[in-house]
Amino acid sequence: MAEIKNYTMNFGPQHPAAHGVLRLVLELDGEVIVRADPHIGLLHRATEKLAEHKTYLQSVPYMDRLDYVSMMMNEHAYVMAIEKLAGIEVPLRAQYIRVMFDEVTRILNHLLWLGASAMDVGAMSPMFYTFREREALMDAYEAVSGARMHAAYYRPGGVYRDLPDSMPQYQASKIHNAAAVKKLNENRQGSLLDYLEDFTNSFPKYVDEYETLLTDNRIFKQRTVGIGVVSPERAMALGFTGPMLRGSGVVWDLRKKQPYEVYDHLDFDIPVGTEGDCYDRYLVRVEEMRQSNRIIKQCIDWLRKNPGPVMSDDLKFAPPKRESMKQNMEELIHHFKLFSEGFHLPAGEVYSAVEHPKGEFGIYLVSDGANKPYRMKIRAPGFAHLASLDEMAKGHMIADVVAIIGTQDIVFGEIDR
Amino acid sequence: MTTNLNILSANLSKALSGKVVSLEERLGELTLVVNASDMLSVFTRLRDDADLRFEELIDVCGIDYSTYGSETSEDGKYLPDAPREGARFAVVYHLLSVSHNMRLRVRVFAQDDENPVLNSVAEIWSSANWYEREAFDLYGIIFIGHPDLRRLLTDYGFVGNPFRKDFPLSGHVEMRYDAAQKRVIYEPVTIEPREITPRTLREENYGRS
Repeated sequence: MAEIKNYTMNFGPQHPAAHGVLRLVLELDGEVIVRADPHIGLLHRATEKLAEHKTYLQSVPYMDRLDYVSMMMNEHAYVMAIEKLAGIEVPLRAQYIRVMFDEVTRILNHLLWLGASAMDVGAMSPMFYTFREREALMDAYEAVSGARMHAAYYRPGGVYRDLPDSMPQYQASKIHNAAAVKKLNENRQGSLLDYLEDFTNSFPKYVDEYETLLTDNRIFKQRTVGIGVVSPERAMALGFTGPMLRGSGVVWDLRKKQPYEVYDHLDFDIPVGTEGDCYDRYLVRVEEMRQSNRIIKQCIDWLRKNPGPVMSDDLKFAPPKRESMKQNMEELIHHFKLFSEGFHLPAGEVYSAVEHPKGEFGIYLVSDGANKPYRMKIRAPGFAHLASLDEMAKGHMIADVVAIIGTQDIVFGEIDR
Repeated sequence: MTTNLNILSANLSKALSGKVVSLEERLGELTLVVNASDMLSVFTRLRDDADLRFEELIDVCGIDYSTYGSETSEDGKYLPDAPREGARFAVVYHLLSVSHNMRLRVRVFAQDDENPVLNSVAEIWSSANWYEREAFDLYGIIFIGHPDLRRLLTDYGFVGNPFRKDFPLSGHVEMRYDAAQKRVIYEPVTIEPREITPRTLREENYGRS
């Protein structure tokens, strides 16, 4: 009989299924994984160290670039940490806007995950479907912040500005003639809220389409059922949060258990899996998209009825109105101080966490009373998930590693930080 | 939430009698400080005690307290300040109890400033494995009993501990491709250190009348 030895294989860092810059050193016994050793840090930008050298406001755009598929949620944890330590009160309307965009972001994230992880296991079409809806939501991002991805929209004390009354329109071009543009602009005639409402009305149909493609798909089930099973006890010991923890059957969601902003006024359900395999985590995430859609609807209703300020009026933290700045000396001084020296936080430490699409995203801030954080630690959910890859992949085939990386919803912006 | 915190702090004092260096509540968060020599027994108790049950280790964060409370000049240098008290390095653990819906922050100081050493909690919570590797990489804190203490985030062959306060923001070396040698080479950095907004401290309630 031929002698078979274990051999080692490099997977990535430029492998299309590695979801970015993951270098995976796999020790194999034939095609079975004996040990998986992820090498990370290829996207390490030392965000935490950079933040120590920037004023609090200057770090907001860095947050978008952490998990670059759920931009606003990262900002949310950061501004909440500042608000908690400084004791800033956020206007209710700003809280609703934040929650609404958090859920838009959750759908954005899950859509990318759905397309990418389905493609990992061989299904090409869902990617095209999900990117169609992502485009619609990116336009909502753009309408509100001016940027399709890196919004920098949440600010300590509220949000940068109120929701716009009109949506940007498509212009006729070589590719689209006037008639085609008219059709494209059909749902953009009203305000951003009208546009989002139109989206929430059609979105459940789209989710049904994805489910038609995948949920009962024989090939998809063969690749995901029973793969990467994690028991609830192990899931907790491994530091899992979010859909990874819920997929294992642990009922845990920060939006319900430790509600922040206005989540306790909203009506939504938390899907929980039973088996803890890749397929259950898929089902959990798909249901989360439907629930997010429900939350967005409720926020739209509330926001229509309740106009009001979207930024705290505490001028020590929030910039003054442009008009008053032009007329009042004091406002001018406040503006100047805010954007040169920045505001100071009282000495102390704070941890604030949000239910990020991937899990618990937390910011731990240590302040010594200066205009910059003394230490900022980003608790990225994907970091704990990827750390468990060795345990999850052991005993599976190489092809299953791809499915497991897909189910972990790995994004290197947040893992490497 | 405050009643919950009161129950938790009572349970903590009961379960960890004599091992609590300080237990402080602020902004609705409890911070526990324990000695490095007690840390393993305390953490095991925190996980297993029926009234505590901190099943999840959410985060491990290294901190270098060496310039705490000092300002910087415009070239980014820390201005000398009053001598610091206490140890330089600490590790902060954030724990979460899923069954009791509680959070706890535990801080452990490493006694030796030159050679910071703590016990590894990777045996207690598996998630500590990578978090401790990260703290080892960025701060040079050594965790005794860690199964595989290697660098995690920095480059292969990296020298130094980049998150220590005496490590400059620009680093020590820069990298470029050398056409003559046909390989990537490392050279000392050419960037002048500068701080656009100096770090300043203000008294509490600064600017409020």
